[in-house]
Amino acid sequence: MSMPFYVAPEQVMKDRADYARKGIARGRSLIGCIYSGGILLCAENPSKSLHKISEIYDRIAFAGVGKYNEFDQLRVAGVRHADTKGYAYSRDDVDARSLANVYASYLGQVFTHEMKPLEVEILVAELGRNHQGHSQLFHILYDGTVMDESHFTVLGGDSEAISRRFGDAYSEEMSLSAALKAAVSALAGPERSISAGDVEAAVLEDSNGRRTFRRLGPSELTELLAG
Amino acid sequence: MNLPIFNPVEDPGPSFFATLERLGMSPFRRLESSLAESISLPHGTTILAFKYADGVVMAGDRRATEGNFIAHRRIEKVFAADRYSGVAIAGAAGPAVEMVRLFQTQLEHYEKVEGVVLSLEGKANQLAQMIRANLPMAMQGLAVVPLFAGWDQIRSSGRIFTYDLTGGKYEEVAFQTTGSGGRDAKGTIKAGLKGAPLERRQALELAVSALVEASEEDSATGGPDLNRGIFPVVATITGEGFAFASEEELEEITRNVIEARKGIGGGQ
Repeated sequence: MSMPFYVAPEQVMKDRADYARKGIARGRSLIGCIYSGGILLCAENPSKSLHKISEIYDRIAFAGVGKYNEFDQLRVAGVRHADTKGYAYSRDDVDARSLANVYASYLGQVFTHEMKPLEVEILVAELGRNHQGHSQLFHILYDGTVMDESHFTVLGGDSEAISRRFGDAYSEEMSLSAALKAAVSALAGPERSISAGDVEAAVLEDSNGRRTFRRLGPSELTELLAG
Repeated sequence: MNLPIFNPVEDPGPSFFATLERLGMSPFRRLESSLAESISLPHGTTILAFKYADGVVMAGDRRATEGNFIAHRRIEKVFAADRYSGVAIAGAAGPAVEMVRLFQTQLEHYEKVEGVVLSLEGKANQLAQMIRANLPMAMQGLAVVPLFAGWDQIRSSGRIFTYDLTGGKYEEVAFQTTGSGGRDAKGTIKAGLKGAPLERRQALELAVSALVEASEEDSATGGPDLNRGIFPVVATITGEGFAFASEEELEEITRNVIEARKGIGGGQ
């Protein structure tokens, strides 16, 4: 009978975490922030149809970085979770916190029990009901760690440097245009610039009616970045 | 509630209805006995839809009846299905309202999962499938007969669909009515739809007149109640989307319609 080699649990976890982090760092980063009119989600994404940012429910948006098929599966599961909950209870009972918790437990489960961890970082953003006050950003890591941010958060590789750059420019009272410009320049860094065509952005805003999610189209993006 | 993740072979795709079935939450179940025929449940009555210059107008009275009782005076039978379509219901009110809620969720669910909106034809077929799924309950007395209308963004025109109990779907050329007062409403609409397409205001007036006519001939159809401030629900669906006519506008139109009917039928 052959005996498997003993590997220390610390080593197993470290290897998995390194593997996930490497996968995530290969993709481009994403910023979610609260501004004066709502929540802005902004990513560097050259694709026009493979979105990183999407609508989950009336006041909830989803964003993911890392491996597309993995975070897209999580996105669809989130839409199902929210729609089922809204149908079974009421639209008012669907909230980001509970969604973030089920995401976290799923990611944690996969990280500890499966061969391969998910190479994703995701963001669940919820627009507060009484203007700004209760808007929340739940940043969830590949191992199920949840972080609850109330101003802004950066997903993806190189997040520390981007966070520092964005933090210098950020204030809660920023307009959409200012927040978008700060996000794009923080994502680009000092040596590069990102054209409007490579930016994917969406907002959660009360002015959009019941479904607060709205994508910023190419012409609006160009205008906001220039203005 | 867990995260509803399925393996690729069992994945329900963009269908909310299929997701509910996988989760054991489907609302369509056969009743154990034919109790439904012997118990008295609220029924919705007259609804109508017809085309006009900008698209489609949909309307319904406000009454629900239980046998010969009035169960509700203010129920609403016209709903926005999504931004560009509406659904109106007649028949057993409970399952009908539930079906509308499921249909609304289904359309939004598809849009979010797939990232594109269903075509109008696709929406009409989805509703047909739900009515078919309700057939066992319909056979036991809980029939739901909706009207579906919407703005077809591919063809840039308003379209109207009607259904039978088995989920049969039929597209209408100009108008359709259902419910107990439907036949009376139909006469008024037919007479009003000749010549050039109606403008918005004329269309709203015709819809209200048809419902007033139905309420005079059919005891299960509720007429406007000026004292209580109850007016028919009227909505338009155009290239701009689905919109309810405001209560103020409907009050004014209803008063005009009632005024214009003075002396009609020789006072009988």
